[in-house]
Amino acid sequence: MLALIPLFPLLGFVINAFFGRRLSQVVSGGLASLVMLASFAVSTMVVWQLAGLPADQRTIEQSLYTWIASDDFNIALTLRVDPLAAVMILVVTGIGSLIHIYSTSYMHDEVDSEYARYFSYLNLFAAFMLILVLGGNFPVLFVGWEGVGLCSYLLIGFWFKKKSASDAGKKAFVVNRIGDYAFILGMLALFTRFGTLDFQRIATIVAPLAPETGFGIISVATLLLFIGATGKSAQIPLYTWLPDAMEGPTPVSALIHAATMVTAGVYMIGRNAVLFSHAPETLAVVAAIGAATALMAGTIGLVQNDIKRVLAYSTVSQLGYMFLAMGVGAFGAGIFHLYTHAFFKACLFLGSGAVIHALHGEQDIRNMGGLKRHLPITYWTFLIASLAIAGVPGLAGFFSKDEILYETFREGHTILWVIGILTSLLTATYMFRLVFLTFHGERRHDAPAPEHPEEQEPVADDDAHRQASDASHRPAKDELHRPATGALHRPAKDALHRPASDAFHHDEHLHDAPPAMALALIVLAIGSVAAGYIGLPHALGGQNSLAGWLRPSFTGAATLTAPEGAAPEAASAGEPETGSAAEAGSLELTLMVTSSIVALLGIGIASFIWLKRRQIADAAAARLSGVYQLLLNKYYVDELYDAAIVHPIRVISTEGLWRGFDVKVVDGAVNGTAAIVSGGAAVLRRLQSGSVRAYAGGLFVGVVLILGYYLWR
Amino acid sequence: MIPLSNYLVVSAILFALGTCGVFMRRNLITILLSIEIMLNAVNLTFVAFGRYAADVNGQIIVFFVITVAAAEAAVGLALVIALFRHRESLNPDAFTSLKW
Amino acid sequence: MAETFAFYLFSGLTIVASALVIGQRNPMYSVLLLVASFGAMAGLFIQLDAPFVAVVLIIVYAGAIMVLFLFVVMLLNAPQEDALPYDHTHPFRHPVLMRFGGLLAVLLVVQLSYALLRTRDLHVAVAGRSDASVVSSVAELGRVLFERHVFAFEATSILILVAMVGAVVLARRESGQQ
Repeated sequence: MLALIPLFPLLGFVINAFFGRRLSQVVSGGLASLVMLASFAVSTMVVWQLAGLPADQRTIEQSLYTWIASDDFNIALTLRVDPLAAVMILVVTGIGSLIHIYSTSYMHDEVDSEYARYFSYLNLFAAFMLILVLGGNFPVLFVGWEGVGLCSYLLIGFWFKKKSASDAGKKAFVVNRIGDYAFILGMLALFTRFGTLDFQRIATIVAPLAPETGFGIISVATLLLFIGATGKSAQIPLYTWLPDAMEGPTPVSALIHAATMVTAGVYMIGRNAVLFSHAPETLAVVAAIGAATALMAGTIGLVQNDIKRVLAYSTVSQLGYMFLAMGVGAFGAGIFHLYTHAFFKACLFLGSGAVIHALHGEQDIRNMGGLKRHLPITYWTFLIASLAIAGVPGLAGFFSKDEILYETFREGHTILWVIGILTSLLTATYMFRLVFLTFHGERRHDAPAPEHPEEQEPVADDDAHRQASDASHRPAKDELHRPATGALHRPAKDALHRPASDAFHHDEHLHDAPPAMALALIVLAIGSVAAGYIGLPHALGGQNSLAGWLRPSFTGAATLTAPEGAAPEAASAGEPETGSAAEAGSLELTLMVTSSIVALLGIGIASFIWLKRRQIADAAAARLSGVYQLLLNKYYVDELYDAAIVHPIRVISTEGLWRGFDVKVVDGAVNGTAAIVSGGAAVLRRLQSGSVRAYAGGLFVGVVLILGYYLWR
Repeated sequence: MIPLSNYLVVSAILFALGTCGVFMRRNLITILLSIEIMLNAVNLTFVAFGRYAADVNGQIIVFFVITVAAAEAAVGLALVIALFRHRESLNPDAFTSLKW
Repeated sequence: MAETFAFYLFSGLTIVASALVIGQRNPMYSVLLLVASFGAMAGLFIQLDAPFVAVVLIIVYAGAIMVLFLFVVMLLNAPQEDALPYDHTHPFRHPVLMRFGGLLAVLLVVQLSYALLRTRDLHVAVAGRSDASVVSSVAELGRVLFERHVFAFEATSILILVAMVGAVVLARRESGQQ
């Protein structure tokens, strides 16, 4: 039965891939959504079944067949559901289904064959993601890992005829690959140390060991795995692909780059919680990178002008939070945040998609405003999700983010806590900047014309074909183009003036989200509010059921054969010890209040600046223009990578490997052989003088020589 | 009694003379004649050895050598005629079409 | 005594005639001198108790093959050895050839003589081992030829046939050629 969960979307992929051309949009989109819903139904049943088992035996395993059997390296295709995987499959299939339904309406303008291609990729992605989370050992997880990377590439570059999109797809894939390389090395290190790659077996082997001091092999292996996670989950240093990934369709951004794929890294660490717990050095690195990424992305998101880019950096930032949680040992809190984040981030992305859809392709928030009146459903769902992400008490984001911060503080990482709080402030601020600029006030058209030299504006292109008159998916020529790797400003043709004048006409005709899209938005908004309550902390009277549900996964206790010693060694998974429950409770309350204040402060700052006095923002930007440019250009990281890595590799390849080696050595050897043969032949052919007497002479010389040789002997 | 080696020395000298002729003469017919000299020398060797070993096979081989020499002379001369018709010359240096 | 004299006479004649063969300019003279050489060779054969082969040599070799050569020489009206345009000297005087070819020949002789003189068993008298009857008997010759070497005999006859046909074909005048 477990195999059905990824099989349904796989089936959808096969049908849409092979027959999509002949299917109508209704059939292919409906089929894709249907298989996702079927998968969701099966997932629900499995989780229900799982819940019926006693807590320390909550595992359902299904080994499909032996994949590799080579001496002592045995890998079976094992699918395993335990509490952690249960959460993940529900998230993936549930939110995935909603996004599929949303896409049926959003991608409506596409040609039938392209529509089917989109859904085939989307289903394939879901299948791989499910394989990833259901995998019982590293190789199966890695299959899913690579598969989602592939689908990410396919979907980011969905409109591959647009150069920026295909470049972004390639960038995503290549950066991911670097992480994957480290991941493979980590797997190999683990196999060398443990002789197995099965998660539960590794957990049982490693559990009785003492945590490593210094950098032993477990630390090295987990560090390599984490580097792989930074690639997949867009942390420093491999995060650069995620903002560019906004070239893909918005539902793709919602599903892959908000709710599911980017969380694979977090999931991987959670899956190997026991292992990582024994490598405190690595965990320190994880926490530090998570916090740093969160802060850095938050600062960048504050000044971006493309609606999807703000959300992209927000995703990077929130992922940083999740890694921070994992790094301080609060695995349950990290997964909790993953789960709530999926809801509100997906809602935000889908909402932005609805805005873009309504505005026929406009993505620059400086050209928006006043949409509250015209797009009420979109506005209210977007607002709810923004409140959730900002951490306003009562909504899902508050509980999960707060738990992370509480755990960070409690474990003694004060500096990290400060960074977390600061990022929280930034989150609230930039999110509400986005809300106010997009929905409030009056409709503006402030984005400068492309000839403006002072604004070096990276703008992602999306839905560029959504000009009402242009039914084909050739990218409209009149959007700003940007090369995906650098901040080079390529002035496009007279871009923003035309849609501006169109928009003036269309202001009255803005239509809110169509029913399929609205449904997804509403469900996700409800989730953004309600989803957090399963993690209601003790301090507020709840039982934090989620943490309790998840704990067996992180202590290796949820095995088929519950080992006796494992359960009591519960590494803290977000629950305060019962001994000091009271003071822990009050500490938690204090921190909760602090983070609430910070969230409201952020909202207040944002409303003050962007609701009331916009000129403050512009004045600050002008006065601190150096800082502003730095942030706007994402700290020039892409340029740095380009100069430090891409360019040298290019030069080495061109000059060294191509001109130096391939031309000189390889071609030289081949041509040289021919030249030698030719030269030798030129010399030897003189023997053929055509003169019979010369031949006879040669004959006799030979006779004399041979005779002489035998006589001499 | 004449020692065997005498005959063999004569044969060697004749063979060398034939070689000389083949190599140095610039007339095709004379070259063929020199080849005949060489064959003749070989005949002498065979007969001498046959007598020495009281074996009649020496003479039998001479038969065959003579026969084959006849055949070879016939064909060779036919070729010379054909070549002469082509180039009006009997100088082997005139026939260098197979030069590279 | 007489034997030795005869030997030296015949061998001397042979060598001189052969030397002259390769030394003559006129191929006709060469052919005739070669006939003489064969005659002397026949004498040597007779001394080696091989009368039959000697006669065969005269009849077939000197009588037929050399006559054939003669015919061809006369047919082609073979001119004097044509000297190269720049060289009117006798071929033997050609410096490079003289040095190289002569050297080769001398070397050959030296090597062969060396081989001969170093082999011990060859210094015995050629006729000392046995009497001549085994070798000189024509009947014996015929018997061995047709009993043990009959295949080679037949093959050689076919060879001659082929050579004859080949010679006819090769020497045939092409149509249209003068």
